[in-house]
Amino acid sequence: MDLSAISPTLLVASLMVASTPILLASIGELVVEKSGVLNLGVEGMMITGAICGFAAAVLTGSPMIGFVCAALGGATISLVFAVLTQYFLSNQVATGLALTLFGLGLSAMLGQSYVGIKPPTTYKLDLPLISDVPILGPILFSHDFTVYAALALVLGVWWFLKYTRRGLILRAVGESHDAAHALGYKVVRVRVLAIMFGGACAGLGGAALSLVRVPQWTEGMTAGSGWIALAIVVFASWKPERILLGAYLFGGVAVLQLNLQAAGVSIPVEYLSMSPYLITIIVLVAMSANRAKSALNAPAALGRVFHASR
Amino acid sequence: MNQTLLQLDGLSKSYPGVIANDHVSFKIGSGEIHALLGENGAGKSTLVKMIYGLVRPDTGRMQLGGQSFAPSEPRAARAAGIAMVFQHFSLFEALSVAENIALGMEKPPKSSALSMQITKVSHTYGLPLDPERLVGDLSAGERQRVEIIRCLLQDPKLLIMDEPTSVLTPQEVTTLFTTLRKLKSEGTSILYISHKLEEIRTLCETATILRNGKKVATCDPRENSARQLAEMMVGATLNYAKARTVKLGEVILKASNLSLPPQSAFGTSLKNISFQLHKGEVLGIGGVAGNGQDELLACLSGEVLTSPNAIQLNGNNVGHLTPNLRRALGILAAPEERLGHAAAPDMDLTENSMLTAMVRKKLSSAGFLNWKQAREFAQRVIDEFDVRTPGPQSVARSLSGGNLQKFVIGREVLQDPNVLIVNQPTWGVDAAAAAAIRQSLLDLASKGAAVIVISQDLDELMEISTRFAALNTGKLSEIQSMAKFSLDEIGLLLGGADAAG
Repeated sequence: MDLSAISPTLLVASLMVASTPILLASIGELVVEKSGVLNLGVEGMMITGAICGFAAAVLTGSPMIGFVCAALGGATISLVFAVLTQYFLSNQVATGLALTLFGLGLSAMLGQSYVGIKPPTTYKLDLPLISDVPILGPILFSHDFTVYAALALVLGVWWFLKYTRRGLILRAVGESHDAAHALGYKVVRVRVLAIMFGGACAGLGGAALSLVRVPQWTEGMTAGSGWIALAIVVFASWKPERILLGAYLFGGVAVLQLNLQAAGVSIPVEYLSMSPYLITIIVLVAMSANRAKSALNAPAALGRVFHASR
Repeated sequence: MNQTLLQLDGLSKSYPGVIANDHVSFKIGSGEIHALLGENGAGKSTLVKMIYGLVRPDTGRMQLGGQSFAPSEPRAARAAGIAMVFQHFSLFEALSVAENIALGMEKPPKSSALSMQITKVSHTYGLPLDPERLVGDLSAGERQRVEIIRCLLQDPKLLIMDEPTSVLTPQEVTTLFTTLRKLKSEGTSILYISHKLEEIRTLCETATILRNGKKVATCDPRENSARQLAEMMVGATLNYAKARTVKLGEVILKASNLSLPPQSAFGTSLKNISFQLHKGEVLGIGGVAGNGQDELLACLSGEVLTSPNAIQLNGNNVGHLTPNLRRALGILAAPEERLGHAAAPDMDLTENSMLTAMVRKKLSSAGFLNWKQAREFAQRVIDEFDVRTPGPQSVARSLSGGNLQKFVIGREVLQDPNVLIVNQPTWGVDAAAAAAIRQSLLDLASKGAAVIVISQDLDELMEISTRFAALNTGKLSEIQSMAKFSLDEIGLLLGGADAAG
């Protein structure tokens, strides 16, 4: 066992890359839940985005087009959920679970001919001199552009929810759809748009996985990331800045366990690979132990069906 | 009367199976406080929703300031100068006062400017309010101020108020009336919806009375007695619960130092509540909602367990017993929320009877349920309490609020309780049904049971209580004989002042 082989600098740099897919997916789900909708289909939307992005990037040779198609793919499949839950008033939990299963199946079918192909590489920041600065260089200035895009998105969502009128309306709809309706806001429209934003973000997260993190296509490659993204939203008590903390914590443990495996720690590999999930569960339990406090931030209308006539 | 502001002409609206409004026409003048009177289900809400653009009329026209007016959505109505204060507050608890107000405006200014405006308007109209506070932390009266200020910031020509005083203390009502009169003197018209007749007689100069969706009359409420107005509303002669003289029996239920920490983020704690309940009395507990009423009922019914000796029945500890064990001893309760708490919405009346009466009416044996007896019991409740429904097979959700309330109260009364605790027994129930419910509670007490009535309706408490106490921020005032109180003293108690004399 040789723990000195683990470099803290590289650990931080790689956890930022490793966290990006779930960071994207969870910031999208945060917006959805803030509007009062519980979409459990994150996993399905992520993997649909992963294959759509992968296929588009391979076909066109442009990773950029790949990401655009991933967002479109995620948003399109989320539209199914939006129509079912917002217009046909179906149960959100059941529909979300169905969306996950549907997304996994659909992506496996679409991806049949893409197994084993290498996608075009994405643009990576590489500034002369600055990127070579020790410690700060690898951590701040030499990442793939998706890492920066995800951070910008978190900042954007935080600003949108806190300072804009549309953000206020979105929070109001998630807080009490009846009151928002009485004031004349279009509850269903706001929610459909939020769901589609969440789908697009999950799609981007999937593409960050299949085009940057891994990068290749395998069936079921999201491997539970969507569920972790859902857990991180609760962990973050519906606050964008804490989403970043949660995603990096999970990514950090995931990267650390890989490093520990490589360093030959004498704990069975299975324990190490389950550790990120285990730690997420422990943190969630610790958080919700104080019910009064954690419930304070939860959108009050989360998961409730809205019907205008009542 | 100066010129007409809003004219309604033959407005009709029907829903499947119900005609909510049937050719309603009347006028509201500028600077007039116009009352809209009617029982629950008379069509007041639908009418107002049409004016506010939430519902579109089937037929009929409206004219605002001489011009045709047909708002397709609330936004259009607001733009035309119509503002509305809702009965069930349309507020967002987790947002601040300023954010709530911004949501109700078309083009809100920047948040700092808005905060200044809020402070200014709230002082002008004597409605102090801190723009930064969370609405979830405010009292009912303060929440209403938020709604009113939200409306006032838009300089409305017509302000619609839907049952504004139902959650206010008498002092708060006085403040509200002062504000409304000031608005009127500035030329704002007010459409004031209520079923509290005395209020209307002091405040309004014109009243339109609706019954079953039709306009019955437009009159000057100051020239009619409250009784005349009520009979126009109901369309029949009213019977009031008969006053009775009561000799307090022995103590049956005793609470000593009952305390409870808050159950949720915006919940109330109970602080050292002690009282003694005598056989044959009706103990009225007044107070504005959210001051611990639900928590107190939960402690007494057994939904929330306390230390064993905090509650004693005939000297025996019962604080640690669960609801069914307490039912077996004769402590029954009917909580405030009819659908979802007092009754399971999607279960029929037989099943709902089984849920609370199983223990006391022995509707089960050896673990098996006796549905035949349960149905008979449900039918008895329906017959004796005049519940208008096709029969025990109807699901609870299908009953109107008043009918379900009669069922919920009747179900407990007919189980011959020793102690019955009810919360808001007549909330949202029409006058005739409310009178019947109150009479049944009095009859129960006359037979020797002890009744606790928790209510926000002071008139109700004054009508039926033997003794009275106020619940304020989780503390119970000293209990005194009802006859000793005047309305003002009760108001002070509800506002938190210690027992007056």
